[in-house]
Amino acid sequence: MKIAIASGKGGTGKTTVAVNLALALEDVQLFDCDVEEPNCNLFLGFELEPVEEVTCLFPEINPDKCTLCGDCADFCRYNALAALPKKILLFPSLCHGCGGCSFVCPAGAIEEKSRSIGIIEKASSDTPLTFFHGILNIGEAMATLVIRSLQRHIDESRPAIIDSPPGTACPVLAVLGCADYCVLVTESTPFGFHDFLLALEVARALKVPVGVVLNRDGLGDSRVEDFCRAEGIPILLRIPNDRMIARLYSEGIPFVKEMPEWKEKFEEMFETIKALACKSTGVQ
Amino acid sequence: MKICISACGKDPDSEVDPQFGRCNYFVIIDPEIGSVTSIINPGSEASGGAGIRAAEAVVGAEVDTLLTGSVGPNAFSILSEAGIETHSGIKGTVAFALREYQSGKLALLENSNASTHSGMNKS
Repeated sequence: MKIAIASGKGGTGKTTVAVNLALALEDVQLFDCDVEEPNCNLFLGFELEPVEEVTCLFPEINPDKCTLCGDCADFCRYNALAALPKKILLFPSLCHGCGGCSFVCPAGAIEEKSRSIGIIEKASSDTPLTFFHGILNIGEAMATLVIRSLQRHIDESRPAIIDSPPGTACPVLAVLGCADYCVLVTESTPFGFHDFLLALEVARALKVPVGVVLNRDGLGDSRVEDFCRAEGIPILLRIPNDRMIARLYSEGIPFVKEMPEWKEKFEEMFETIKALACKSTGVQ
Repeated sequence: MKICISACGKDPDSEVDPQFGRCNYFVIIDPEIGSVTSIINPGSEASGGAGIRAAEAVVGAEVDTLLTGSVGPNAFSILSEAGIETHSGIKGTVAFALREYQSGKLALLENSNASTHSGMNKS
Protein backbone atom coordinates (compact mmCIF):
# COMPACT_ATOMS: atom_id res chain seq x y z
CA MET A 1 0.00 0.00 0.00
CA LYS A 2 1.27 3.44 -0.98
CA ILE A 3 0.25 6.42 1.14
CA ALA A 4 0.97 9.83 -0.36
CA ILE A 5 1.34 12.75 2.03
CA ALA A 6 0.31 15.82 0.06
CA SER A 7 -1.06 19.36 0.49
CA GLY A 8 -1.91 22.19 -1.79
CA LYS A 9 -0.03 24.80 0.17
CA GLY A 10 3.65 24.44 0.93
CA GLY A 11 4.80 24.52 4.54
CA THR A 12 1.70 22.89 6.03
CA GLY A 13 3.56 19.91 7.48
CA LYS A 14 3.83 17.20 4.79
CA THR A 15 7.40 16.31 5.72
CA THR A 16 6.57 16.44 9.45
CA VAL A 17 3.69 14.00 8.97
CA ALA A 18 5.59 11.72 6.57
CA VAL A 19 8.70 11.46 8.75
CA ASN A 20 6.87 11.01 12.04
CA LEU A 21 4.46 8.47 10.56
CA ALA A 22 7.32 6.46 9.07
CA LEU A 23 9.28 6.51 12.35
CA ALA A 24 6.20 5.47 14.35
CA LEU A 25 5.67 2.30 12.32
CA GLU A 26 7.63 -0.91 11.90
CA ASP A 27 8.87 -2.17 8.57
CA VAL A 28 7.70 0.65 6.32
CA GLN A 29 9.46 2.53 3.53
CA LEU A 30 9.73 6.29 3.24
CA PHE A 31 10.14 7.95 -0.16
CA ASP A 32 10.82 11.68 -0.36
CA CYS A 33 9.36 12.55 -3.77
CA ASP A 34 9.65 16.32 -3.28
CA VAL A 35 12.65 16.14 -5.59
CA GLU A 36 13.01 19.90 -5.97
CA GLU A 37 13.48 20.23 -2.24
CA PRO A 38 13.84 16.87 -0.49
CA ASN A 39 13.73 17.73 3.21
CA CYS A 40 12.96 14.44 4.96
CA ASN A 41 16.60 13.67 5.62
CA LEU A 42 17.04 16.95 7.49
CA PHE A 43 14.99 15.24 10.20
CA LEU A 44 16.35 11.73 9.71
CA GLY A 45 20.05 12.52 9.38
CA PHE A 46 20.76 9.24 7.58
CA GLU A 47 23.95 8.58 5.74
CA LEU A 48 23.02 8.33 2.07
CA GLU A 49 24.50 6.44 -0.83
CA PRO A 50 23.87 7.00 -4.54
CA VAL A 51 21.59 4.49 -6.27
CA GLU A 52 21.25 5.72 -9.83
CA GLU A 53 21.46 8.71 -12.08
CA VAL A 54 18.22 9.96 -13.66
CA THR A 55 18.49 10.87 -17.31
CA CYS A 56 16.32 12.65 -19.85
CA LEU A 57 16.50 12.20 -23.60
CA PHE A 58 17.15 15.16 -25.85
CA PRO A 59 17.50 15.52 -29.62
CA GLU A 60 20.81 15.92 -31.36
CA ILE A 61 20.40 17.30 -34.85
CA ASN A 62 22.81 16.28 -37.58
CA PRO A 63 23.30 19.50 -39.59
CA ASP A 64 24.40 17.53 -42.67
CA LYS A 65 21.07 15.72 -42.89
CA CYS A 66 18.80 18.53 -41.59
CA THR A 67 16.81 20.25 -44.36
CA LEU A 68 15.64 23.06 -42.01
CA CYS A 69 12.02 22.15 -42.73
CA GLY A 70 11.04 23.09 -39.16
CA ASP A 71 8.71 20.11 -38.60
CA CYS A 72 10.53 19.29 -35.35
CA ALA A 73 10.04 22.78 -33.90
CA ASP A 74 6.41 22.82 -35.08
CA PHE A 75 5.79 19.55 -33.32
CA CYS A 76 7.45 20.45 -30.02
CA ARG A 77 4.67 21.62 -27.70
CA TYR A 78 7.24 22.56 -25.04
CA ASN A 79 8.94 24.98 -27.44
CA ALA A 80 12.33 23.41 -26.84
CA LEU A 81 13.26 23.76 -30.52
CA ALA A 82 13.35 26.90 -32.62
CA ALA A 83 13.57 26.70 -36.41
CA LEU A 84 15.65 29.58 -37.72
CA PRO A 85 16.43 30.15 -41.40
CA LYS A 86 19.91 28.61 -41.15
CA LYS A 87 19.77 26.51 -38.02
CA ILE A 88 17.59 24.60 -35.57
CA LEU A 89 18.28 25.75 -32.01
CA LEU A 90 17.68 23.45 -29.02
CA PHE A 91 16.84 24.61 -25.48
CA PRO A 92 17.58 21.47 -23.45
CA SER A 93 16.00 22.62 -20.18
CA LEU A 94 12.60 22.89 -21.89
CA CYS A 95 12.83 19.46 -23.54
CA HIS A 96 10.61 16.77 -21.98
CA GLY A 97 12.42 13.98 -23.83
CA CYS A 98 9.27 12.75 -25.60
CA GLY A 99 11.16 11.90 -28.81
CA GLY A 100 8.42 13.42 -31.00
CA CYS A 101 10.89 15.55 -32.95
CA SER A 102 12.93 12.56 -34.07
CA PHE A 103 9.69 10.76 -34.94
CA VAL A 104 8.41 13.53 -37.23
CA CYS A 105 11.77 14.44 -38.83
CA PRO A 106 11.41 13.49 -42.52
CA ALA A 107 15.18 13.56 -43.06
CA GLY A 108 16.16 11.24 -40.22
CA ALA A 109 18.45 13.97 -38.96
CA ILE A 110 17.62 13.66 -35.25
CA GLU A 111 19.24 11.23 -32.89
CA GLU A 112 18.20 11.02 -29.24
CA LYS A 113 20.92 11.36 -26.64
CA SER A 114 20.54 11.29 -22.88
CA ARG A 115 21.74 13.70 -20.23
CA SER A 116 21.72 13.58 -16.45
CA ILE A 117 18.99 15.61 -14.71
CA GLY A 118 19.18 14.26 -11.17
CA ILE A 119 20.04 11.38 -8.87
CA ILE A 120 18.37 8.85 -6.58
CA GLU A 121 19.93 8.22 -3.18
CA LYS A 122 19.04 5.79 -0.40
CA ALA A 123 19.83 5.41 3.26
CA SER A 124 22.65 2.95 3.96
CA SER A 125 21.43 -0.48 4.98
CA ASP A 126 22.15 -0.15 8.72
CA THR A 127 19.43 2.49 9.23
CA PRO A 128 16.18 1.38 10.90
CA LEU A 129 14.03 2.65 8.02
CA THR A 130 14.09 2.03 4.28
CA PHE A 131 14.49 5.53 2.91
CA PHE A 132 14.96 6.83 -0.64
CA HIS A 133 14.96 10.33 -2.01
CA GLY A 134 15.54 11.96 -5.38
CA ILE A 135 17.27 15.22 -6.23
CA LEU A 136 16.48 17.16 -9.37
CA ASN A 137 19.48 19.17 -10.58
CA ILE A 138 19.13 22.95 -10.21
CA GLY A 139 17.75 24.55 -13.37
CA GLU A 140 16.06 21.38 -14.58
CA ALA A 141 12.28 21.20 -14.99
CA MET A 142 11.53 17.50 -15.37
CA ALA A 143 10.76 16.58 -11.76
CA THR A 144 8.40 13.83 -12.91
CA LEU A 145 11.23 11.76 -14.39
CA VAL A 146 13.07 11.75 -11.07
CA ILE A 147 9.83 10.88 -9.25
CA ARG A 148 9.13 7.97 -11.59
CA SER A 149 12.66 6.65 -11.10
CA LEU A 150 12.13 6.86 -7.33
CA GLN A 151 8.82 5.02 -7.56
CA ARG A 152 10.49 2.08 -9.27
CA HIS A 153 12.34 1.39 -5.99
CA ILE A 154 9.13 0.94 -3.98
CA ASP A 155 8.86 -2.58 -2.57
CA GLU A 156 5.19 -3.36 -3.24
CA SER A 157 5.07 -5.98 -0.49
CA ARG A 158 5.52 -3.40 2.26
CA PRO A 159 3.70 -0.15 3.10
CA ALA A 160 5.30 2.90 1.51
CA ILE A 161 4.91 6.46 2.77
CA ILE A 162 5.50 9.02 0.07
CA ASP A 163 6.28 12.65 0.83
CA SER A 164 4.76 14.55 -2.10
CA PRO A 165 5.81 17.90 -3.54
CA PRO A 166 3.49 20.83 -2.78
CA GLY A 167 1.07 22.31 -5.26
CA THR A 168 -1.13 20.68 -7.88
CA ALA A 169 1.15 20.46 -10.92
CA CYS A 170 2.73 17.52 -12.80
CA PRO A 171 5.04 16.33 -9.96
CA VAL A 172 2.06 16.01 -7.62
CA LEU A 173 0.07 14.13 -10.26
CA ALA A 174 3.00 11.75 -10.70
CA VAL A 175 2.93 10.99 -6.97
CA LEU A 176 -0.84 10.82 -6.44
CA GLY A 177 -1.35 8.86 -9.65
CA CYS A 178 0.31 5.81 -8.11
CA ALA A 179 -1.00 6.19 -4.54
CA ASP A 180 -3.62 4.02 -2.84
CA TYR A 181 -4.43 6.69 -0.31
CA CYS A 182 -3.81 10.41 -0.05
CA VAL A 183 -3.30 12.22 3.24
CA LEU A 184 -3.83 15.94 2.77
CA VAL A 185 -2.05 17.97 5.43
CA THR A 186 -3.53 21.39 5.96
CA GLU A 187 -4.05 24.13 8.49
CA SER A 188 -7.36 25.85 9.03
CA THR A 189 -6.41 29.25 7.67
CA PRO A 190 -7.75 31.03 4.56
CA PHE A 191 -4.64 30.11 2.52
CA GLY A 192 -4.49 26.60 3.91
CA PHE A 193 -8.14 25.97 3.08
CA HIS A 194 -7.93 27.50 -0.40
CA ASP A 195 -5.00 25.33 -1.45
CA PHE A 196 -6.44 22.30 0.31
CA LEU A 197 -9.48 22.55 -1.99
CA LEU A 198 -7.21 22.59 -5.05
CA ALA A 199 -5.31 19.51 -3.86
CA LEU A 200 -8.57 17.77 -3.02
CA GLU A 201 -9.77 18.34 -6.56
CA VAL A 202 -6.60 16.69 -7.90
CA ALA A 203 -6.99 13.65 -5.64
CA ARG A 204 -10.65 13.29 -6.62
CA ALA A 205 -9.84 13.56 -10.33
CA LEU A 206 -7.34 10.73 -9.86
CA LYS A 207 -9.89 8.78 -7.77
CA VAL A 208 -7.55 8.44 -4.79
CA PRO A 209 -9.34 8.27 -1.40
CA VAL A 210 -8.53 11.23 0.84
CA GLY A 211 -8.17 11.86 4.56
CA VAL A 212 -7.05 15.01 6.31
CA VAL A 213 -4.41 15.81 8.91
CA LEU A 214 -5.09 19.14 10.58
CA ASN A 215 -1.75 20.64 11.48
CA ARG A 216 -1.30 23.49 13.95
CA ASP A 217 -4.81 22.67 15.14
CA GLY A 218 -6.26 25.46 17.26
CA LEU A 219 -4.86 28.11 14.95
CA GLY A 220 -7.22 29.90 12.57
CA ASP A 221 -10.85 28.86 12.44
CA SER A 222 -13.03 25.80 11.84
CA ARG A 223 -13.45 26.13 8.07
CA VAL A 224 -11.54 22.96 7.15
CA GLU A 225 -13.36 20.93 9.78
CA ASP A 226 -16.78 22.24 8.74
CA PHE A 227 -16.02 21.46 5.12
CA CYS A 228 -14.77 17.94 5.88
CA ARG A 229 -17.83 17.18 7.98
CA ALA A 230 -20.16 18.36 5.22
CA GLU A 231 -18.26 16.37 2.56
CA GLY A 232 -17.73 13.24 4.65
CA ILE A 233 -13.93 13.48 4.50
CA PRO A 234 -12.29 11.82 7.53
CA ILE A 235 -10.01 13.88 9.76
CA LEU A 236 -7.31 11.34 10.53
CA LEU A 237 -5.22 13.28 12.99
CA ARG A 238 -4.93 16.67 14.66
CA ILE A 239 -1.49 18.00 15.47
CA PRO A 240 -1.95 20.89 17.89
CA ASN A 241 -0.24 24.27 17.56
CA ASP A 242 2.08 23.21 20.34
CA ARG A 243 5.26 24.91 21.54
CA MET A 244 7.10 21.62 22.22
CA ILE A 245 6.35 20.30 18.73
CA ALA A 246 7.46 23.59 17.17
CA ARG A 247 10.67 23.58 19.21
CA LEU A 248 11.56 20.00 18.23
CA TYR A 249 10.82 20.83 14.60
CA SER A 250 13.10 23.84 14.68
CA GLU A 251 15.86 21.62 16.08
CA GLY A 252 15.33 19.06 13.32
CA ILE A 253 14.02 16.37 15.69
CA PRO A 254 10.94 14.33 14.66
CA PHE A 255 8.59 14.87 17.61
CA VAL A 256 7.53 11.23 17.70
CA LYS A 257 11.01 10.45 19.06
CA GLU A 258 10.72 12.78 22.05
CA MET A 259 6.97 12.56 22.67
CA PRO A 260 6.20 8.82 22.80
CA GLU A 261 2.44 9.34 23.13
CA TRP A 262 2.47 10.37 19.46
CA LYS A 263 3.78 7.00 18.31
CA GLU A 264 0.44 5.50 19.24
CA LYS A 265 -1.52 8.26 17.51
CA PHE A 266 0.39 7.74 14.27
CA GLU A 267 -0.07 3.96 14.54
CA GLU A 268 -3.82 4.50 14.96
CA MET A 269 -3.87 6.78 11.95
CA PHE A 270 -2.08 4.13 9.91
CA GLU A 271 -4.66 1.48 10.89
CA THR A 272 -7.47 3.87 9.91
CA ILE A 273 -5.82 4.56 6.54
CA LYS A 274 -5.39 0.82 5.87
CA ALA A 275 -9.08 0.23 6.57
CA LEU A 276 -10.19 3.19 4.43
CA ALA A 277 -7.88 2.30 1.52
CA CYS A 278 -9.12 -1.31 1.51
CA LYS A 279 -12.73 -0.19 1.67
CA SER A 280 -12.16 2.10 -1.28
CA THR A 281 -10.38 -0.41 -3.53
CA GLY A 282 -12.10 -3.56 -2.29
CA VAL A 283 -8.67 -5.16 -1.89
CA GLN A 284 -7.72 -6.77 1.43
CA MET B 1 14.37 48.00 -43.25
CA LYS B 2 11.72 46.22 -41.21
CA ILE B 3 11.18 47.27 -37.62
CA CYS B 4 9.15 45.05 -35.30
CA ILE B 5 7.44 46.39 -32.15
CA SER B 6 5.85 44.26 -29.43
CA ALA B 7 2.33 45.54 -28.90
CA CYS B 8 -1.09 44.98 -27.39
CA GLY B 9 -2.87 45.59 -30.72
CA LYS B 10 -2.29 45.41 -34.47
CA ASP B 11 -1.71 49.00 -35.63
CA PRO B 12 0.48 52.07 -35.01
CA ASP B 13 -2.04 53.53 -32.56
CA SER B 14 -1.97 50.44 -30.35
CA GLU B 15 -0.25 50.51 -26.98
CA VAL B 16 3.12 48.84 -26.94
CA ASP B 17 3.61 45.75 -24.75
CA PRO B 18 7.05 45.67 -23.15
CA GLN B 19 6.84 41.89 -22.44
CA PHE B 20 8.45 40.42 -25.54
CA GLY B 21 7.53 36.74 -25.15
CA ARG B 22 3.96 37.25 -23.95
CA CYS B 23 2.77 40.25 -25.97
CA ASN B 24 -0.32 39.77 -28.18
CA TYR B 25 0.98 41.15 -31.47
CA PHE B 26 4.07 42.21 -33.31
CA VAL B 27 3.53 45.29 -35.45
CA ILE B 28 6.02 45.36 -38.33
CA ILE B 29 6.73 48.70 -39.95
CA ASP B 30 8.95 49.50 -42.90
CA PRO B 31 9.41 53.29 -42.72
CA GLU B 32 11.17 53.43 -46.10
CA ILE B 33 8.14 52.14 -48.02
CA GLY B 34 5.55 53.11 -45.39
CA SER B 35 4.15 49.63 -44.93
CA VAL B 36 2.50 48.43 -41.67
CA THR B 37 1.67 44.78 -41.06
CA SER B 38 1.17 42.72 -37.94
CA ILE B 39 1.48 39.12 -36.82
CA ILE B 40 -0.05 37.38 -33.82
CA ASN B 41 2.59 36.35 -31.28
CA PRO B 42 2.42 32.56 -31.15
CA GLY B 43 4.19 32.73 -27.76
CA SER B 44 1.35 34.61 -26.06
CA GLU B 45 -0.61 31.43 -25.38
CA ALA B 46 2.32 29.02 -24.98
CA SER B 47 2.42 27.07 -21.72
CA GLY B 48 6.20 27.37 -21.70
CA GLY B 49 8.99 28.59 -23.94
CA ALA B 50 6.95 31.65 -24.95
CA GLY B 51 10.00 33.76 -25.74
CA ILE B 52 11.38 31.02 -27.98
CA ARG B 53 8.16 30.81 -30.00
CA ALA B 54 7.95 34.61 -30.19
CA ALA B 55 11.57 35.01 -31.31
CA GLU B 56 11.13 32.28 -33.92
CA ALA B 57 8.14 34.16 -35.35
CA VAL B 58 10.00 37.48 -35.41
CA VAL B 59 12.95 35.84 -37.18
CA GLY B 60 10.53 34.20 -39.63
CA ALA B 61 9.05 37.63 -40.44
CA GLU B 62 12.53 38.70 -41.60
CA VAL B 63 12.73 41.82 -39.50
CA ASP B 64 15.97 43.72 -39.01
CA THR B 65 15.26 45.49 -35.75
CA LEU B 66 13.11 44.70 -32.72
CA LEU B 67 11.79 47.34 -30.32
CA THR B 68 10.53 45.92 -27.03
CA GLY B 69 10.96 45.99 -23.26
CA SER B 70 12.14 42.84 -21.56
CA VAL B 71 13.71 39.88 -23.33
CA GLY B 72 14.69 36.63 -21.62
CA PRO B 73 17.89 34.67 -22.26
CA ASN B 74 16.36 32.01 -24.55
CA ALA B 75 14.65 34.56 -26.78
CA PHE B 76 17.73 36.75 -26.82
CA SER B 77 19.96 33.91 -27.99
CA ILE B 78 17.64 33.33 -30.98
CA LEU B 79 17.43 37.03 -31.85
CA SER B 80 21.20 37.49 -31.73
CA GLU B 81 21.80 34.23 -33.64
CA ALA B 82 19.57 35.62 -36.38
CA GLY B 83 21.33 38.99 -36.29
CA ILE B 84 18.32 41.01 -35.20
CA GLU B 85 19.17 44.24 -33.40
CA THR B 86 17.07 44.55 -30.26
CA HIS B 87 16.35 47.88 -28.58
CA SER B 88 14.55 48.14 -25.25
CA GLY B 89 12.67 50.80 -23.33
CA ILE B 90 9.48 51.17 -25.38
CA LYS B 91 6.44 52.96 -23.97
CA GLY B 92 3.28 54.66 -25.23
CA THR B 93 1.94 53.76 -28.65
CA VAL B 94 3.64 51.82 -31.43
CA ALA B 95 4.05 55.02 -33.49
CA PHE B 96 5.59 56.81 -30.49
CA ALA B 97 8.04 53.94 -29.90
CA LEU B 98 9.11 54.10 -33.53
CA ARG B 99 9.76 57.85 -33.27
CA GLU B 100 11.74 57.30 -30.05
CA TYR B 101 13.84 54.68 -31.85
CA GLN B 102 14.41 56.93 -34.84
CA SER B 103 15.60 59.74 -32.60
CA GLY B 104 18.06 57.34 -30.92
CA LYS B 105 16.37 57.19 -27.51
CA LEU B 106 16.01 53.40 -27.26
CA ALA B 107 19.11 51.63 -26.02
CA LEU B 108 20.56 48.70 -27.93
CA LEU B 109 20.39 45.47 -25.89
CA GLU B 110 23.71 43.65 -25.60
CA ASN B 111 22.33 40.87 -23.40
CA SER B 112 18.98 39.57 -22.21
CA ASN B 113 17.48 41.89 -19.62
CA ALA B 114 14.94 39.58 -17.97
CA SER B 115 14.95 36.11 -16.45
CA THR B 116 12.98 33.24 -17.95
CA HIS B 117 9.26 33.29 -17.01
CA SER B 118 9.35 36.98 -16.12
CA GLY B 119 6.50 37.68 -18.56
CA MET B 120 4.23 35.24 -16.71
CA ASN B 121 3.04 37.80 -14.18
CA LYS B 122 1.57 40.33 -16.54
CA SER B 123 -2.03 41.14 -15.78
